[in-house]
Amino acid sequence: MNRGGSNPAAAANYLLCTNCRKVLRKDKRIRVSQPLTRGPSAFIPEKEVVQANTVDERTNFLVEEYSTSGRLDNITQVMSLHTQYLESFLRSQFYMLRMDGPLPLPYRHYIAVMAAARHQCAYLINMHVDEFLKTGGIAEWLNGLEYVPQRLRNLNEINKLLAHRPWLITKEHIQKLVKTGEHNWSLPELVHAVVLLAHYHALASFVFGSGINPERDPEISNGFRLISVNNFCVCDLANDNSIENASLTGSNFGIVDSLSELEALMERMKRLQEDRDDEGTTQEEMTTRFEKEKKESLFVVSGDTFHSFPRSDFEDDVVLTADVSRYVEDPGFGYEDFARRGEEHLPTFRAQDYTWENHGFSLVNRLYSDIGHLLDEKFRMVYTLTYNTMATHEDVDTTTLRRALFNYVHCMFGIRYDDYDYGEVNQLLERSLKVYIKTVACYPERTTKRMYDSYWRQFKHSEKVHVNLLLMEARMQAELLYALRAITRHLT
Amino acid sequence: MEKMSRVTTALSGSALTGRTMHCHLDAPANAISVCRDAAQVVVAGRSIFKIYAIEEEQFVEKLNLRVGRKPSLNLSCADVVWHQMDENLLATAATNGVVVTWNLGRPSRNKQDQLFTEHKRTVNKVCFHPTEAHVLLSGSQDGFMKCFDLRRKDSVSTFSGQSESVRDVQFSIRDYFTFASTFENGNVQLWDIRRPDRCERMFTAHNGPVFCCDWHPEDRGWLATGGRDKMVKVWDMTTHRAKEMHCVQTIASVARVKWRPECRHHLATCSMMVDHNIYVWDVRRPFVPAAMFEEHRDVTTGIAWRHPHDPSFLLSGSKDSTLCQHLFRDASQPVERANPEGLCYGLFGDLAFAAKESLVAAESGRKPYAGDRRHTIFFKRKLDPAEPFSGLASSALSVFETEPGSGSMSWFVDTAERYALAGRPLAELCDHNAKVARELGRNQVAQTWTMLRIIYCSPGLVPSANLNHSVGKGSSCGLPLMNSFNLKDMGPGLGSETRLDRSKGDARSDTALLDSSATLITNEDNEETEGSDVPADYLLGDVEGEEDELYPLDSEHVHPEEPEYVLPQEAFPLRHEIVDTPSGPEHLQDKADSPHVSGSEADAASLAPVDSSFSLLSVSHALYDSRLPPDFFSVLVRDMLRFYAEQGDVQMAVSVLIVLGERVRKDIDEQTQEHWYTSYIDLLQRFCLWNVSNEVVKLSTSRAVSCLNQASTTLHVNCSHCKRPMSSRGWVCDRCHRCASMCAVCHHVVKGLFVWCQGCSHGGHLQHIMKWLEGSSHCPAGCGHLCEYS
Repeated sequence: MNRGGSNPAAAANYLLCTNCRKVLRKDKRIRVSQPLTRGPSAFIPEKEVVQANTVDERTNFLVEEYSTSGRLDNITQVMSLHTQYLESFLRSQFYMLRMDGPLPLPYRHYIAVMAAARHQCAYLINMHVDEFLKTGGIAEWLNGLEYVPQRLRNLNEINKLLAHRPWLITKEHIQKLVKTGEHNWSLPELVHAVVLLAHYHALASFVFGSGINPERDPEISNGFRLISVNNFCVCDLANDNSIENASLTGSNFGIVDSLSELEALMERMKRLQEDRDDEGTTQEEMTTRFEKEKKESLFVVSGDTFHSFPRSDFEDDVVLTADVSRYVEDPGFGYEDFARRGEEHLPTFRAQDYTWENHGFSLVNRLYSDIGHLLDEKFRMVYTLTYNTMATHEDVDTTTLRRALFNYVHCMFGIRYDDYDYGEVNQLLERSLKVYIKTVACYPERTTKRMYDSYWRQFKHSEKVHVNLLLMEARMQAELLYALRAITRHLT
Repeated sequence: MEKMSRVTTALSGSALTGRTMHCHLDAPANAISVCRDAAQVVVAGRSIFKIYAIEEEQFVEKLNLRVGRKPSLNLSCADVVWHQMDENLLATAATNGVVVTWNLGRPSRNKQDQLFTEHKRTVNKVCFHPTEAHVLLSGSQDGFMKCFDLRRKDSVSTFSGQSESVRDVQFSIRDYFTFASTFENGNVQLWDIRRPDRCERMFTAHNGPVFCCDWHPEDRGWLATGGRDKMVKVWDMTTHRAKEMHCVQTIASVARVKWRPECRHHLATCSMMVDHNIYVWDVRRPFVPAAMFEEHRDVTTGIAWRHPHDPSFLLSGSKDSTLCQHLFRDASQPVERANPEGLCYGLFGDLAFAAKESLVAAESGRKPYAGDRRHTIFFKRKLDPAEPFSGLASSALSVFETEPGSGSMSWFVDTAERYALAGRPLAELCDHNAKVARELGRNQVAQTWTMLRIIYCSPGLVPSANLNHSVGKGSSCGLPLMNSFNLKDMGPGLGSETRLDRSKGDARSDTALLDSSATLITNEDNEETEGSDVPADYLLGDVEGEEDELYPLDSEHVHPEEPEYVLPQEAFPLRHEIVDTPSGPEHLQDKADSPHVSGSEADAASLAPVDSSFSLLSVSHALYDSRLPPDFFSVLVRDMLRFYAEQGDVQMAVSVLIVLGERVRKDIDEQTQEHWYTSYIDLLQRFCLWNVSNEVVKLSTSRAVSCLNQASTTLHVNCSHCKRPMSSRGWVCDRCHRCASMCAVCHHVVKGLFVWCQGCSHGGHLQHIMKWLEGSSHCPAGCGHLCEYS
């Protein structure tokens, strides 16, 4: 890898945050030095992760058993902060990549590449390009989508929708894919592909959300690896958090003592748990609360002071590095707020009408046996995972908080729970956290270290990773629910 | 009891009438419930809550309970239940966690009575106490069950299931205080309504969520549960531990289960996903539903028997926005479409055959098999007068046992091992195989080989005069030349052929019909054999004088040197073979690579000697002989192969196919050949004849078959030091950086074939060890072990 910054072109390989880009435009001579990244994550100090790791025999065992690459990659290292979860994660991932399934092995990795490319996640792309070649994939396919069979290319549409606006998937999309013809997909194959797509979209969220670093010892470039591996702007990595953060909070929330912030949050959680039925809330209000939350999520992004750019600046971001773009079709298609479309009001997805436990599971398991159990276990694991701690406090029931996180992600994808009071989201999730959630779930490639640092400053890194896991699984479930509902409708 | 009899009389006074009918609802239904008088049904869903009157010909909308301009979430119902004591009382469970009761007796338009907002999550189920007027039970996603007294504003007691969510709650019909609840994690709990602190009993009923349960209306303590694992189970709760009595396997996750009134063993189910039908099962017959209703076009969400004492009316609501009344007599009965015969082979060649009793009874001399208990399930012991629907078929099970010995397949094994398939001229191969067959007493097969030789081989070796002579003169003439073996074994040989033929059809030997067919075959054999069997032997003797001397020996004992001929391929270097054959994946991907090309490539190594020597013979024959060309016989030979294959002697078919090679291959279509090959290979592998099967695979020209031994050719090796798998190379361990396998003789790394002693686990290069052990009996490593090489 040509690191070192001696060549100005090298800098272009990095995605730069808009701020820096503006600066760069002004002064072309500025040379950006390459950050020295150490450890598995750019956001989390190395020792935090490593400390946890060395102790853990269990992780090593899991990696040996389930890792496809046979080594402890950075994702696994970061996730190993939550070993319980890691096990179900690796098991399901191993199953969909390596075990019996309707799709051939190279296909699976290529689909993973396609999914990761939607979020320009170079880390996952590189990983699966390697695996793709290792499992006997045809190298030519890596030249881009024009080189792959039509059948695989047909997945593009559903990949695009799933990644950014899953609510647009209809049974017509499914019909188009399974319609008998030369390039048709069988339903089991399609379900396998959908599971892979959802998994890798969500995993891309995790990778960006926890700032996973590129693997330290990339194997010799085979020509298909992307040079640009790190999507984090150098300014994020270089800045000194403590100062920046102070100014950030100062500008946003006024000076709040972070300790009392935490206390207040716990107080609110307690109140919600204890006396829930302060019967002032009419049903109409509940409905409006959801709508409000939905609408509010619209403005959440602009709350970030450092990234409050006009819309046109986003368009710049969309211009991809050429390396990634060969796996992407229609790169301009991105997340659009569910609540935004005023004229054609899409119906809200009622969670109770199509739940994972009742419907999603049965369908998945029917068409792609056993994956249902693995995913079910993973979802249940992430939903119930708790250490009953919050920052420095112990014996805290975090159920409401976890549920708020999960449901907030679903809310942004237009899934509504009848039995949830969306007022809770407002009480429990501070603005900076909402910014982070929305970014990670909807356009993870824009996540910055500043966003990661700015919320919950009292909390441990492992807790923030826990948040990330919740976001990832919530997102995956949302995508799966939409896709599976479309398939069910196609079947009936 | 008193109450019930009253109801029964009430019913008998005005018997229910109606027909199969349906009506369209405005929205998908989530649940339905029937009023006590069996004349009204309530349908509830996310955006529907209506009462319909069930009339003779149609449903008539009676009341819309969804009032108000802007309907609240309280009206989005997950479940609805109608009180079985009070016609005016209903309860609904809302998706937002509210339990609502409705009083139809209220004069205003809004019938809503009470609102309980104690559950935090969606309420999945509500249930009224069967006899108590004011007791209502609810189960929610938050894991709690609550018991409400309708005279009070709050719940009376709360039961914590200690689990994620409650899927169903049902009051026991017989035990006043008991109720059952089912959970997302697969558990079923039994509670006493007076003791909210802990459950009476808990057991795991299903793998995954238990979606529903239902108490048996008459049998105390019978509980049916249905789960996501596609099973319906019936539990006996009267015993100390809940005992699974019946288990029905359906094809989709079970959403609802309801016992059928008046039919002790019947229950109705509908599924949550994919499958839209409603099934009625007889739990004693768990494989075929007794009845099936196929009216719905989307999943059925609610089912209810119209009257607690009438088994013929079933009501159902569905996601396809229809409400249906099904009449039992209109149901389709899958039993009638099922194939009533079953046939199965046992491990030792026994054959079990089950068929309708009427079919079997006609034939005499057959006794039902009494060895197996399970068959009783098919017998209808006595007609249950309570069963209006006799779905149970009665069938008889017969088991045919093979006589000990007759089922023995030793002839197959011997033949497989001793046949020579390649590596020698055709004539020799045929002779050899004929000899093998004859020694095993299979004269017809031997004859076939001999005839093949005559057809395809040069007349130079078999003088036509000689041939005519032998055929013409028959046995009398051949006598002096024949060995004692042939003379003696003539009769018994044929007899054994009969027995073998029978054993080919395996256990069928008992049936008179097959017996006769077997004798038929034998007769044929006899006729065919009489003319030519003996002279054939005579011919052999004539041509190969040397071997003739060996015959007397052969008849009693397998010649010790014989096996060496059988596997001539062993002489070929192994490496060479691997390089020569095209690899499996290439076959699959490269379509341009035609089967012929690859076939001949595969042949190159193995068949070359045969081909060359043979073509010489056959060409000369075709050119200079005036007799009929071999092509003339190809149709005959083809039919002969077919005959053998159909007889079940696929061994013969394949062997001839291989030996004759190109001469017959073109006459038989690729698929048939492939089919024969795979059957033969399968047989060989069942008899653990790996070498032979491998040889057959190698000699086959069928693309699909020759791919077989290129699959899973990987050999995984673990390092002898660190016991870790060696991933990259087979001889150097990546972890401990040591060479794992050293030759004990030359002390170099073994990279190819490694042979080691199972006693002392020393070893090395195959060649080296072989050479070493020729000279010494001790282990080359010097450990003192007496190694053996075999």
